[in-house]
Amino acid sequence: MDQLNQNPNLHSWTLSVLVENSPGVLARIASLFSRRGYNIDSLAVGPTEDPHISRMTIVINVEQLGLDQVVAQLDKLINVISISVLAPQSSVQRELLLVKVATDERTRSQVLETVQLFRAKVVDVAQDAVTIEATGNSEKIDALLRVLEPYGIKEMVQSGLVAMARGLPAKQN
Amino acid sequence: MGETMTGAKALVKALEQTGVDVMFGIPGGAILPAYDPIYDSSIRHILVRHEQGGGHAASGYAHATGRVGVCLATSGPGATNLVTPLADAQMDSIPIVAITGQVAAAAIGTDAFQEADIRGITMPITKHNFLITDPKDISTAIAQAFHIAQTGRPGAVLVDIAKDALQTPTEYSYPDKINLPGYKPQISPTDQSIKDAAALIVQSKAPVFYVGGGIIRAGASKELLQLVELLGAPVVTTLMARGAFPDTHHLNLGMPGMHGTVAAVTALQKADLLITLGARFDDRVTGKLSSFAPNAKIIHADIDPAEINKNRRADVALLGDLKNSLIALYPELKTQLQKHPVDLAPWVEQTISWRTRFPLGFDLPADGSVSPQAVIQRIGQIAGPDAIYVSGVGQHQMWASQFITYENPKTWINSGGLGTMGYAIPAAMGAKVGAPDKVVWAIDGDGCFQMTNQELVTCALNNIPIKVAVINNESLGMVRQWQALFYNERFSNTDLHSKKIPDFAKLAEAMGCVGLNCDRPEDIDKTIEAAMEINDRPVVVDFSVHRDAMVWPMVAAGTSNDLITTARSLAPLWDSQEL
Repeated sequence: MDQLNQNPNLHSWTLSVLVENSPGVLARIASLFSRRGYNIDSLAVGPTEDPHISRMTIVINVEQLGLDQVVAQLDKLINVISISVLAPQSSVQRELLLVKVATDERTRSQVLETVQLFRAKVVDVAQDAVTIEATGNSEKIDALLRVLEPYGIKEMVQSGLVAMARGLPAKQN
Repeated sequence: MGETMTGAKALVKALEQTGVDVMFGIPGGAILPAYDPIYDSSIRHILVRHEQGGGHAASGYAHATGRVGVCLATSGPGATNLVTPLADAQMDSIPIVAITGQVAAAAIGTDAFQEADIRGITMPITKHNFLITDPKDISTAIAQAFHIAQTGRPGAVLVDIAKDALQTPTEYSYPDKINLPGYKPQISPTDQSIKDAAALIVQSKAPVFYVGGGIIRAGASKELLQLVELLGAPVVTTLMARGAFPDTHHLNLGMPGMHGTVAAVTALQKADLLITLGARFDDRVTGKLSSFAPNAKIIHADIDPAEINKNRRADVALLGDLKNSLIALYPELKTQLQKHPVDLAPWVEQTISWRTRFPLGFDLPADGSVSPQAVIQRIGQIAGPDAIYVSGVGQHQMWASQFITYENPKTWINSGGLGTMGYAIPAAMGAKVGAPDKVVWAIDGDGCFQMTNQELVTCALNNIPIKVAVINNESLGMVRQWQALFYNERFSNTDLHSKKIPDFAKLAEAMGCVGLNCDRPEDIDKTIEAAMEINDRPVVVDFSVHRDAMVWPMVAAGTSNDLITTARSLAPLWDSQEL
C-alpha cells in the first residue's frame, strides 16, 4: 500500500456497495477485481437492515479514471444493486483493531494511559500482555499502533473498513 | 395454484414459454432428468457431437437470427466443454443461454462423479450465471437468464441445475415480470448528450463513423444508413460490423484495424472526430492506443457504460440502445446542420482517394497454384450478398472479411473477440438452423476444420445442408505468416501436412457429406457452382491453395496504425502533403 501511495495519481477510494444477499456474490466481486487487475485494500461484508441485501465496503487504490471504470464494471454485476463512492469528509469510516501488546510491571501503566488517550479499551489482561480493542478511522488506528509498537506488538488483527455516508442515506447510482 | 410437475418438466415448460424453438445439446448423467420431458417437447433438440459444437451452434443461431441461442450439457466435462463457447459469445456480445446439469445438491462440494464448479468457472466469462438447487427457482431463473442474455449489452448466461432439483416435484409458475433490482440497462440516451454529440459533429471537418458490432446487435443498420447519408461522412466497419453498412455504399471505406484497408485505417488516424457506434476501441483496431486517432474527438455511443472511457476517453457519451441513440440523433443533427452547414466534400474526397489508390488486392501465385483470396472472393461473388458467411479464425477469416462484399447485417458470422479456432463449422450449423432458407457458407481453414469438423455428422443427420470451403494451405497460416515476418521464417510447429493427411473430401464423405476437391485455378468456379447445386446434404470442398499467401495490409501488433504496410516492407506511398 505504501508503495502504491508513492504514485501521486493514485488515491484511496471507499466504495459502499449494496448487493443482493445471494450465494456467490462475494466470489463474483472478487473474481471481477482479480480479472480486471484492481487492487483491493480492504473489503468488509455484512448484513443491512434488509435481510435480502448486504453491504460491502471496499477500499481500493486507483486513479480517478480507474475509479470510474471500477464502478462501471461493478455495476454490470447483476447482483450489485447500487454503488456509492464515499468521500472521507462526508462519511463516517471505522476500522476495528484487536492488538496484544507486551507489558510488564514497568510498562503496563504507560500502555493503559495510551489506551485511555485513544479512547480504546482493554479487553484482556495476562501476566505479560494486554489485549486492546480500538475503533476509529485508519489514521487513528495507525497512530495508536505507532505509539504501541515500542512496547512490542505480539499479535494483531484488523477488520476491513466499514463506512456510511453522513446525514441522509447516500445517493445511490 | 400452478400445476405440480418435476423440476425437469418445469425447466422444459419454462423454455417453451420463453419461446425457445431449438436447442443444441448432449445428454449425460446430471442433465438426464431434463431429457425425458424434452422427448415430448415442441422444442427441436439437435443432438450435437461435442458440447463445444453445441455452444458455438447456439452462437451461430443467435448471430443469424438475433434471437437467444440455447445449448445444453451435463455436469463436469459436459459443462467445461462449454467454457470456450461461453467466453466466445460473451466477448462478442452474442446472446446465448447454456443449461447444465449439476450433481445433486447434497453432493455439491464433495468432488462427486462428474462434478465441476461450472458456476465458479464461468463467472468471469458470462454476463451472469445461476446455480439452482431448489426446483421452485427453475422457471424464474430461466426467465431471468433469457432476459439478461438479450437485453442491455447481450451476452452469455449459464443456468446450472442440480440433478435432484430436476427430479423433485414443484408447483410450476412462470414469472409475469422480471425482478432484478441490480439490472436496469439504460436504454435511451439523455437529451443533453444528443445535443452535445450533434454540436461536436457540426464543428467537425473530418469525421468518421467508426461502426462496431453493436449496430448489428441493436438492429440499427437502417438508422445508421440514414444518419450517414444525412451527414455524408465516411464509414469504417470493424470485423464484427461487416454487413452493418453496405460495402458497396460510396462512403464505406471498409474494415479498420490490423488487417484493415489503408483507407479505413488512415481515415481513423487523420479524423478530427470519431462517431463511435457500438465499437469498443479494441487493440486489433487501435494498434498502439496512445497513437490511435491522435487528433480526434470522440463520440462514443454504447449500451454498456463500462465501455465508455475504458480504452479511449470519450468527449461525449451516448449511453443507451444504439437504435434509440441514432433515432434521437437524426433530428437533432438535422436541426443543427441547418444552422451550421458543414462542407465535408474535401475530406470525403481525400478518404475516397485513399481507397482508390490503395485498394485491397492480392497477387496470384507465380507457380499457377490456387490463390486462397481468389477462392474466397469467388465464393462471395457466386453465392452473393444474401448468403450467410461463417468463418473460423486466422488468415481465411481476414480474407473472408476483406474479399466478400457484405451488404446486409447478420450475413457475416465470426469469432472476433476471443478468436476461437474451430468456430466455423458448428456456428454455420447453428446459422443454417436459424435461417434454413439461406445459403450458408463456412469459410474455414485446414487447422480450424480439424478442431470441430465432427459437427458435420450432426449436419448430415439433421438435414442441415451447410457448405464448407476448407482453405487448405496445410498450415496454421496466420501463425506461419507471423513466423515468416517476425521469426525469421523459422516455421516451428505450423506445418499441418493437411494436403497429405487427412483427405478432407473422403472425411466429408465418411461423415455423410459430399466431398469435393479443387486444386487448379480454372476449377474454382465450377467447383463452387457444383457445391451451390447440392442442397440435400452438407458439402465440403477442399481447396488446395498456395501456402505462402499472406494477409495484407498489416499493422504489426503493438505498433502505431501510422505504420500500416500494404505488403511486406511496403508502406503506402503518400504525397508529402498528406503526411
